[in-house]
Amino acid sequence: MSFDATFQNKRFNSVGTRPLRPDGIDKVTGRARYGADFNMPGQLVARVLRSPHAHARIKGIDTSKAEAVKGVKAIVTAADMPDLTDGDEALFAILDNCMAREKAMYDGHAVAAVAAIDESSAKAALKLIKVDYEVLPHVVDVDAAMMADAPVLNDTIFTQGVEPAPSKPSNVANRSEFGHGDVDAGFAKADIIVERSYKTEQAHQGYIEPHACVASCNADGTADLWVCTQGHFVYRQNCADLLGLEASKLRVTSSEIGGGFGGKTHVWAEPVALALSRKAGRPVKLIMSREEVFRASGPTSATSIDVKIGATKDGKITAAEATLRYTSGPYPDMWAELGAMTAFAPYDLENVKTVGFEVVVNRPKVAAYRAPSAPMAAFAAESAVDELAKEIGMDPVDFRIANVAKEGTRSSYGPVYGPIGIGPTLDAAKAHPHMSAPLGPNQGRGMACGFWFNFGGQTCTDLNISADGTVTIAVGTVDVGGSRASLSLIVAEELGIEYSDVKAVIADTSTLGYNDMTDGSRGTFSTSMATISAARNAIEVMRQRAAIMWDIPLEHIYWEDGHAKAAGSKHGNRAPLSVKDIAAEAGNTGGPIAGHSELVADGAGVSFATHICDIEVDSETGSSRVVRYTVIQDAGKAVHPAYVEGQYQGGAAQGIGWALNEEYIYGDDGRLQNPGFLDYRIPVCSDLPMIDTQILEIPNPNHPYGVRGVGETSIVPPLAAIANAVSNAVGLRMSHIPLSPPRILAALNAAKT
Amino acid sequence: MPAIAVSTTINDDTVEFLCQPDETLLDVLRNRLGLMGAKEGCGTGDCGACSAIVDGRVVCSCLVLGAEAEGRTIETIEGMANGNELHPLQRKFIEHAALQCGICTPGFLMAAKALLEVNPDPTETEIRFWLAGNLCRCTGYDKIVRAVQDAAAEMRGETA
Amino acid sequence: MRYERPQTIEDATALMAGAEANAFVLAGGTDLLVRMQSDAFEADLIVDIKAISGFDAITQTEDGFVIGAAVPSAALSEDAALVAAWPGVVEAANLIGSTQIQGRCTIVGNLCNASPAADSVPALVAADARAQIAGPAGTREVAIADVPTGPGKVSLSKGEIIEAVLLPKPEPRTADAYLRFIPRTEMDIAVVGAAVNLSLGDDGTISAARVALGAVAPKVLLVEEAAEALIGSNLDEAALEALAVACSNASNPIDDKRGTVEYRKEVAGVLARRAAQTAYARAGEN
Repeated sequence: MSFDATFQNKRFNSVGTRPLRPDGIDKVTGRARYGADFNMPGQLVARVLRSPHAHARIKGIDTSKAEAVKGVKAIVTAADMPDLTDGDEALFAILDNCMAREKAMYDGHAVAAVAAIDESSAKAALKLIKVDYEVLPHVVDVDAAMMADAPVLNDTIFTQGVEPAPSKPSNVANRSEFGHGDVDAGFAKADIIVERSYKTEQAHQGYIEPHACVASCNADGTADLWVCTQGHFVYRQNCADLLGLEASKLRVTSSEIGGGFGGKTHVWAEPVALALSRKAGRPVKLIMSREEVFRASGPTSATSIDVKIGATKDGKITAAEATLRYTSGPYPDMWAELGAMTAFAPYDLENVKTVGFEVVVNRPKVAAYRAPSAPMAAFAAESAVDELAKEIGMDPVDFRIANVAKEGTRSSYGPVYGPIGIGPTLDAAKAHPHMSAPLGPNQGRGMACGFWFNFGGQTCTDLNISADGTVTIAVGTVDVGGSRASLSLIVAEELGIEYSDVKAVIADTSTLGYNDMTDGSRGTFSTSMATISAARNAIEVMRQRAAIMWDIPLEHIYWEDGHAKAAGSKHGNRAPLSVKDIAAEAGNTGGPIAGHSELVADGAGVSFATHICDIEVDSETGSSRVVRYTVIQDAGKAVHPAYVEGQYQGGAAQGIGWALNEEYIYGDDGRLQNPGFLDYRIPVCSDLPMIDTQILEIPNPNHPYGVRGVGETSIVPPLAAIANAVSNAVGLRMSHIPLSPPRILAALNAAKT
Repeated sequence: MPAIAVSTTINDDTVEFLCQPDETLLDVLRNRLGLMGAKEGCGTGDCGACSAIVDGRVVCSCLVLGAEAEGRTIETIEGMANGNELHPLQRKFIEHAALQCGICTPGFLMAAKALLEVNPDPTETEIRFWLAGNLCRCTGYDKIVRAVQDAAAEMRGETA
Repeated sequence: MRYERPQTIEDATALMAGAEANAFVLAGGTDLLVRMQSDAFEADLIVDIKAISGFDAITQTEDGFVIGAAVPSAALSEDAALVAAWPGVVEAANLIGSTQIQGRCTIVGNLCNASPAADSVPALVAADARAQIAGPAGTREVAIADVPTGPGKVSLSKGEIIEAVLLPKPEPRTADAYLRFIPRTEMDIAVVGAAVNLSLGDDGTISAARVALGAVAPKVLLVEEAAEALIGSNLDEAALEALAVACSNASNPIDDKRGTVEYRKEVAGVLARRAAQTAYARAGEN
């Protein structure tokens, strides 16, 4: 039956409460099983040999000595992973990234892999693989890669999106443009124009669980893969495509996932593990080391961004323009495009233009990282907005409110907004006690806004009602932040049963239909939609069963408060039938009761946030410390508020780390200098204050309960909020993220002279 | 390499195992003893996910050799609950939503347990610095700190 | 690879003296096991010294303190007499790594790892501590500053093991302090470290001082000019400025992923100032 996803205002019983998470006990007792916590009989250990060069032609690989090591069962190189991609450039990039073919494109690029009976045999074999490299000139910096004399990584890349098409290859893969109006005319009307350039360094998602999988290929073409992933169906498709397997014969089971943040949406090692298993004829376990995670799994883009914004003296923005250059690693992608779309999304702009350039460099293939590309764009745009407000003499919140986008505004990236939360988050910020709290010595306060699209996508859910009336739901979106609890609340709400009577599980790829991965903040949004649909389908079945039990016409039965009820005076004296009552009779009324749903979840409501932070700067060392932090974000409807708060706090913490200390540091040789948690400095517990949250609920009109995704937007404002706070603390405009102590001290010294 | 026979006490049980001389306690726990609650997040002592308590001190089990376990008393996450009765810290972590992905949780619990044994009434700052060797990338630490504070209060008998 | 756990120092030094190429002493293991993770690392012998009698003890003697080579840093802060006598040494040792690292790491290990950025070493040098070394030819004592010779290199001969660190009994009205700079609040390697140990005369002026810096040269620096800047002063602004300038000038750091040359030179002076102020205040209370 057709499913109406339109928002319907109602009073909730379960949704909005804070029950205990179903995976809690397993996770506090050590029983939860992650990627590395699974074993198979006869399993081998895999290790990967990686390029020590940032850019090198692979002239030959000699594995003969390594093969002779006792205990070694298989060695694979690109020769064992033939190109089956049939002209699909994106898929070829994945293949080439999994195992370098003609060239190693970055420090850490896989060139060979070994499966052996134990770690020491595998390690011994790795040392005996001889790779003949011809080292090539490399480039890692985004601006340097765009220079005319830069080494060209791939001579088949001719910049797309420019007229006329270039005749020479370059490292600029694509140009994209968004906007409307006439920015030149807009700037002509401006009284004050701020024009600045910004840079951000490459950050890593920094999930604590390294990538891990167990692959088992059988001679009959069937295979199993146990893996920590945000999207096991997508992994199945990618692995099947790359290895020539039939998708339905490859069963992928997602383990508990030890953090992903976008970084586990991409296959890196899994096709290699499958290739090793296929060659060895035994299961293979592959766990990346932390160093490998940093060197060879997906960081975000490094960027270089120019922003120009003009406004009238009374605080109306007349035009905004940005040029955004994003690294994508060695392969073309669309990260700058996302940055260009998001940069000015919070504002109602008459004239706006953003241009994105995708730049290939000798760094790892960029992967999504929580609202990918938006934090850097927001850093640049919101820094400039703040500076403009200051030049005009307006309060930064008031200035933003004066230009804020609202329902009906044409967004900077095209679509016209429905009901959105940016205005309310700004109003809430203005009214928040944090905004008026006194500051201590050497402290500054900053604020900034952030936007993320949110995605929906293909979703499939099975809901089964047991004979005792308890319910299981099988979903295909990996639980990264507590979605099993949220979805159980949804089932309880829809069926009118207790939360404790619902168990949610993540189904493997053989027991449920295709689901897009848990990305784009879609997990709870789209799967709750499918779950509501499945529950309503189950209710329809239960109405039919009630009709049989009562032997009255179906149209005389309605569903209310978790019960089938008979309508009208003729049947009205019948005691309502609960889910348990109906389930108990299922065997006599037509068999098991279930509800299924397959849909494409459209209409993910866009998401906005405003953050406020106080920073204390030690002007003698350049050290800065967050002393207070507040997140205000629209959730549409917070299904499980504690987990919504957790998303807000976690995203803010990641943004704070990125803003202050996290960065990929490359040597002159193009090798990564800090591939570990010692020198890739994510925030530790003592670095942060409590992170206050305020959940706003502006219902998404395209979801029955008004739910919007909440996972990503919280990482968007912190870079700018912190830069703005530092500016207010020490009177310096910092334009280079991270704002590490040496950068701040150097800027302070430069300002003195 | 000849294996080394080790006799030790883990979670009050006498345990004997063979290990290679270069094998870490973490690898022994996970690969030889099936105690997979300790996680390897880095292998270099920077993340704390492998935390275990050895002779009363919380350590990174990735930085201890299995051979060093001889004659020691080791506590792991698997021994934290008393049967089905969760330790107050375990219960409070669930109640406060102090975990999301959960990969860091066993390490945090071991470290927090060691803290409350030496300091039953820690300040927020003391909690934050004691737990600085346990990385969490999901929560921003807010709810973790609150869970430890609440568990400490309960263990002091100040709340129900 | 072999793992040995000798019961006596004689057995330990004999093992090390008779070892094949790659022999390593294991105490806390917080550096050694990290190195073992590397594919390039190879060891033939590891000698665990924790079973040697007395190695896990802090002993107070007439001359001061003897800190055994296997005493974990966490134990230093649990010894009230040591904390009272050498607060700077203890705070330096307690800055090495996390709580988990503290439960294992030792100041002797910190010394023998010979990182220019070792936290406890500047404090030990400022405190004029000595290392007691056992070897096949007997025991000897050397100044802490003479143990590291450069990054990753120490002056020990084959078969020699540092048994203990010897801290003198502080003179009256003496105190020390150590500060380091790291980008985060915990878990980082020092970008700069500064230790100051000073004594006050009867009139409250500084009568003696030792200033040591870490992470600004290939090995720990004892900065005589910095001490001279303090001696005879009441830690007035001129003395502090002279101290800072002396420390910045003495620093000879490198640019790396943790900091720049300019940054380290400047912050060395800043930290020395602050450490001197702390030590001065402490000494006044003694």
